[in-house]
Amino acid sequence: MRPFTYERATDLGQAVREASQTPGARFLAGGTNLLDLMKLEIERPQHLIDVSRLPLAGVEDADGGLRIGAMATNSQVAGDRRVREHYPVLTQAIVSGASGQLRNKATTGGNLLQRTRCPYFYDTTKPCNKRTPGAGCAALEGVSRETAILGASTACIAVHPSDMAVALVALGADVETQTPAGDTRRFPLMELHRLPGETPHIETHLIPGELITAVVLPPPPPGGQIYRKARDRASYATAHASIAIAGGQVALGGLAHKPWRAVTAEAALAAGASPTEAMTAELADASVGELNAFKVPLTTRLFAAAVQEISGEAA
Amino acid sequence: MSSVHDWAAPNPVTTNRSGLIGKGVDRYEGPLKVTGTAPYAYEVRPPSPPAYGVMVGSAIATGRIAAVDTAEAQAAPGVLAVWTHLNVPPQPPRGTKAHPRSTAGSRPALESDRVTHWGQPVALVVADTWENAIAASALVRLSYEAGTPDVDFSARLPDAGQPPGEQDVEIGDFDAGFATSPVTLDETWSTPIQNHCQMEPCASLAWWEGDKCIAHTSVQMVKPAQHGLAETLGIDRDAVHLLTRYIGGGFGGKGQTYDDLTLAALAARALGRPVKVAFSRQQMMHGTIHRPATVQRVRLGAEKDGRLNAFSIMTWTHCHQDGTFTEHASNFARALYAAPNRLTGHRLVKLDLPGAGPMRAPGEASGTLSLECAMDELAEQLGLDPVELRIRNEPAVDPENGRPFSQRQLVRCLREGAQMFGWDRRLPTPGQVRDGRWLVGLGMAAAIRGNFLLPAKCSFSVDAEGVITVRQGMTDIGTGTYTVLAQIAAETLGVPLGVVKVEIGDSELPPAPGSGGQFGAASAGSAALAAGMNLRRAIAELATGDPNSPLYGGDPERVTFQDGVVAIENRSETLAALVRRAAPDGLTAEGDSRPPPDMREWSTQTYGSHFCEVGVDPVTGEVRVRRMLGVFAAGRILNEKTARSQLTGGMIWGVGSALTEGNAVDPRHGSLIGQDLAQYLVPVQADIGDLEAIMLDEVDDKANPMGIKGVGELGNSGAGAAVANAIYNACGVRVRDYPITPDKLLAGLIAKGM
Repeated sequence: MRPFTYERATDLGQAVREASQTPGARFLAGGTNLLDLMKLEIERPQHLIDVSRLPLAGVEDADGGLRIGAMATNSQVAGDRRVREHYPVLTQAIVSGASGQLRNKATTGGNLLQRTRCPYFYDTTKPCNKRTPGAGCAALEGVSRETAILGASTACIAVHPSDMAVALVALGADVETQTPAGDTRRFPLMELHRLPGETPHIETHLIPGELITAVVLPPPPPGGQIYRKARDRASYATAHASIAIAGGQVALGGLAHKPWRAVTAEAALAAGASPTEAMTAELADASVGELNAFKVPLTTRLFAAAVQEISGEAA
Repeated sequence: MSSVHDWAAPNPVTTNRSGLIGKGVDRYEGPLKVTGTAPYAYEVRPPSPPAYGVMVGSAIATGRIAAVDTAEAQAAPGVLAVWTHLNVPPQPPRGTKAHPRSTAGSRPALESDRVTHWGQPVALVVADTWENAIAASALVRLSYEAGTPDVDFSARLPDAGQPPGEQDVEIGDFDAGFATSPVTLDETWSTPIQNHCQMEPCASLAWWEGDKCIAHTSVQMVKPAQHGLAETLGIDRDAVHLLTRYIGGGFGGKGQTYDDLTLAALAARALGRPVKVAFSRQQMMHGTIHRPATVQRVRLGAEKDGRLNAFSIMTWTHCHQDGTFTEHASNFARALYAAPNRLTGHRLVKLDLPGAGPMRAPGEASGTLSLECAMDELAEQLGLDPVELRIRNEPAVDPENGRPFSQRQLVRCLREGAQMFGWDRRLPTPGQVRDGRWLVGLGMAAAIRGNFLLPAKCSFSVDAEGVITVRQGMTDIGTGTYTVLAQIAAETLGVPLGVVKVEIGDSELPPAPGSGGQFGAASAGSAALAAGMNLRRAIAELATGDPNSPLYGGDPERVTFQDGVVAIENRSETLAALVRRAAPDGLTAEGDSRPPPDMREWSTQTYGSHFCEVGVDPVTGEVRVRRMLGVFAAGRILNEKTARSQLTGGMIWGVGSALTEGNAVDPRHGSLIGQDLAQYLVPVQADIGDLEAIMLDEVDDKANPMGIKGVGELGNSGAGAAVANAIYNACGVRVRDYPITPDKLLAGLIAKGM
C-alpha cells in the first residue's frame, strides 16, 4: 500500500472540484472494494476524498418512483419498505450479493463503481489491460469460468460483478451526478458502464471528478419482478449468470463488462417467442471458451425458469 | 516395559468421579479469543518496538533470478533492510542437522537464485512500520530467467512413479478376483488442489536476548519448529526459545514452519531489534503447502449378494520438485472393507508447484471422495441399500494384517445414523423428490481414520494456593487442547477446573508431539495423566509424612483427592492448606507416556457415518446442503463440546470439498488462480444448514490409558462423499471430478435431457 492523503468532504461542490483538480484523487464511500484494491496496489490513489458523510444517504419518493441517495447503504436500500413492496427485484438482487457485513458498509454509488473480480485483475504479476493499459490480458487464454460471453474484446473479458446494477438496469433507473463544473447530470443507468473495447481501464462514461449522487427509479413497471442468480456458493459468490426481470424489461449479470440489458430477448418475448427462444436469440452472438461455455445454457435455463416463476405468480 | 494391558486398570480419567471428563465445559481460552485479547504470534508485545518485514514472492514458477535491483526499495521511507539471495545472512544448507537428534533440519530462506515454484519468497523488506515495508516491497525489482513450468498434472500422469520407499500392497490376486466377479465397477475420480485457508495466516515475531532467540510463531509442533530454527540459524537448540501460545487454525498447514519465522529471526539478529514477518492471505496460497490434486481409479468386484471379492484403489498425485510428500488417498481403505483380493498403491509425479503437504484428514479426505462414491454406485448396480452394502462387507479382523480391532463400531454408526437421519425415507431411484424448485436427495458414506499414540511428557505443579499448573510443549490449534488438559488435571487431582492453569506452546516445557493426525489429545493427555498421577503420589507422600497433617502416618496409596481436599477416610485437609504448610514452594511432578510395543497387536481406528440431504436446482446445477448428520465412534470423549466442534468442522470441510473448494493451476504461469477467500470458496456459516454430530459411547482401552481416540480428522473423512451421493440421489447425475460446481452438474443434467 502506497502513502496517500485523506480528506473528509463536507461539501458536495467542493468535493467534485477537488476530485477533478487533485492528481490521483479518488472518492471513498463504503470502501469495501477500493480499500481492498489499495492494499494489493491495484488501486493507487494519491488522495482520497471521503464522501461518505455527505448528505446523500436518503431514500425519497420522487415522481411516482424513488430517489436513492448515492450514500444509502446496500442494506438500507434492500430493507426499505417501499423498495421491498414496489421494487422487489432490487431487494432480491442486493441481498444475493456480498455478505451482510459488506452490505452494511457498501453504498449505492460505490456498488455501481465496484471493479471486476477477474482473478487476473487481482494478480498483479499477470498482464491486465485494466491495471496497465496495453499490457495485455492474461484472462484471454487463462483458467477462469468467470469471464464475459457478451460484448467482450480482445483487450478484456472481465465481467462487472454487481447484482444491484443488474436489477437497476431492468428497472430502467437513471443515475444522477454532480459534475466538477457544478452541474447536475441525469442519464439512464444502462448508459453508465462501457464495454471494454480497446480501453477496458475506462469503465464508465463519468468524466473525471464526476460523482454519482443518486439513482432514480421510475414508477414500478407493470408486471412481475424477479432476480435469479446462479453461483457456486450460497453465502457469498459472484454470479455465473444472473437475470433481472421487471415487467417487460430484462437485464443480465455475470456475462459482460456491464449489466446487460437484453433488448433482443425483450423484443422476442414481446413478439410471442418462448423464453428459451428469446434468450437463445439474445445469446446468439455470445463468444465462449471451454470454461465459460456453460453460461449460455445456464442463462437460457435460468431465464425460462424466471419467466415461469413470474407467470406462476401472476396466475 | 509397559503394556496395553496396564491400561485396563482404573485411573482418575476412566473413573471420572466428578464427571468432568466428557463434559462440554467452555474453552479455557475462550474469553481471551472472543474479546480479541489472546496474543497470537504477531500480536505478542515484544520488549522494544518491532520492525516489520514483508516478503516478496517470485513471479515465475521455475527458473532463476537473473538480476536484482533493490535501490529504490532501499531508499524508500523507513526501510531498514532489503534482502535477497545476494545479501541474506548465510545459513547452513537445507536439511543440515548439526545436532544429530534434531527433529527438523535447516530451512534456509532466500537460499539461492533458484526458483522452484510461483510465489516462493525471494526477497524481504524490513521497515519501521508495516505500511512502509509493504510500500517498499513493491519497489523491489527482480528479473528472471524463467523456465517453462511443468505443472500440468493430468498431462504428467503417465510419468508418475512409485513414491520413494513404497510398494503397492496386494493381497490375494486382484486381477483374477476382479475378472471373475459377477458385478464390477471401474471408475476414476479426480480431486483438486486445496488450500488450508487457516483464519490466521502464518506469522512470526522474533527478538534476541544476548545469544538467545525468542521466537513467537504459529505452528502445530513445537519441537521441530525450535530445532529447525536453531539449525537454520546455526546455533545451539537451547538458544532458541520458541513459543506458539495461540494458533488460529493449522489443519496440517502449520505442521512445519516457513520463511516468516526464519526471516524474522535473521532480521532481528541483524537489526538488533524485534522483527515481525507475516504472510498475507494471498501469499499463503503459494508460500505454504497445499493438499495436492489426485486422480483415483477405483475397481470393485462383487458377488451378487454384495460381498466384495476384489477391491482396488490406486492414487496418482503430485509433490514439489524437492519433496516426497504423498497424499496417501488409498491407505485408509486397507482397514475399511473385507475382500479377499486387494490392491492399493500410489503414484507420484514432481511438478513445479508449491509444496504438497498434509491437510486435514490427509489421505482419507481425498480417498473417501472416490471409494465411498464407488460403494454408492456399486450398491445401485446391485440393487442394495448403500448402508446394507457396507454392513455386508464388514470385516471380522483387519482385512490387511489380520489383527483384531481394538474397537470397531462402524456398523453401529451406520445403523444408528440411518435411524436418526430417517434414511428409510430415501428413494433408491434418483430424481423422485421435489421441494419447490429443488430436487432433494439423500446420501451417505462411511468414515474411518487411524489412531495414534506418540511419546509425550508433561509436568504438573501445585502451589501454596492450591493452584494446579499443567506445563507441556503442546499446542492448541483451536481444537481444545487447553481445555481438555485442564479437565484431565482437575479430574486427576480432584480439584475444581477454576484452580487449574494450563501453559502450553513453549519449547522450554516438557515436549509433546503437538497437534496433527488427530493424535494430539491422546498423546498429550496420556502424558498429562501420568504427570498428574505422579503429583498425586507426591502429595500423598507429603501428607502422610507430615506430622502436622491429619493424614499423617496413613497409607499414601489410600489418599483420595476430591473437591480440593485430600483425605484418608474421615481424616482430611484441603490441598492448599497441606501445600502451604508442608511445601510452601509447591510441588512439581513430571510424567511421560509412550506407546507400548504390544499396541501394534491391534488395529486401532476411529469410525463414523455421514448422512446428508441436499437440494439440487435442476435448472442451474446449484447444490445446497440442507441437513447433515455424522455419527462417530472415537473412544471416550474428553469434552463433548470441543469434540463436536472438531467433528462438525470436519464435516463442513467435506461440504467444501464436495461443492466449492479447489484451486486451479494456470499452466502458463504455474500459479494458482484462487489467491484470496473471494476466489477460493470455503463454506461459511450461511452455507451450512442443520448440522449434527453424534458421538457414540465408547472406551478403547487398547488406544491409551484414557481410552480416548482423536476426532480432528474423522469428521472430514467421508463427509464430501455423502454430499456427492446425495447429489446423485437428488438428480441422477454423477460428477466424479471434484468440486461438483454448477457448470459440471449442469452438463450432466443437460446430457440426461433434464
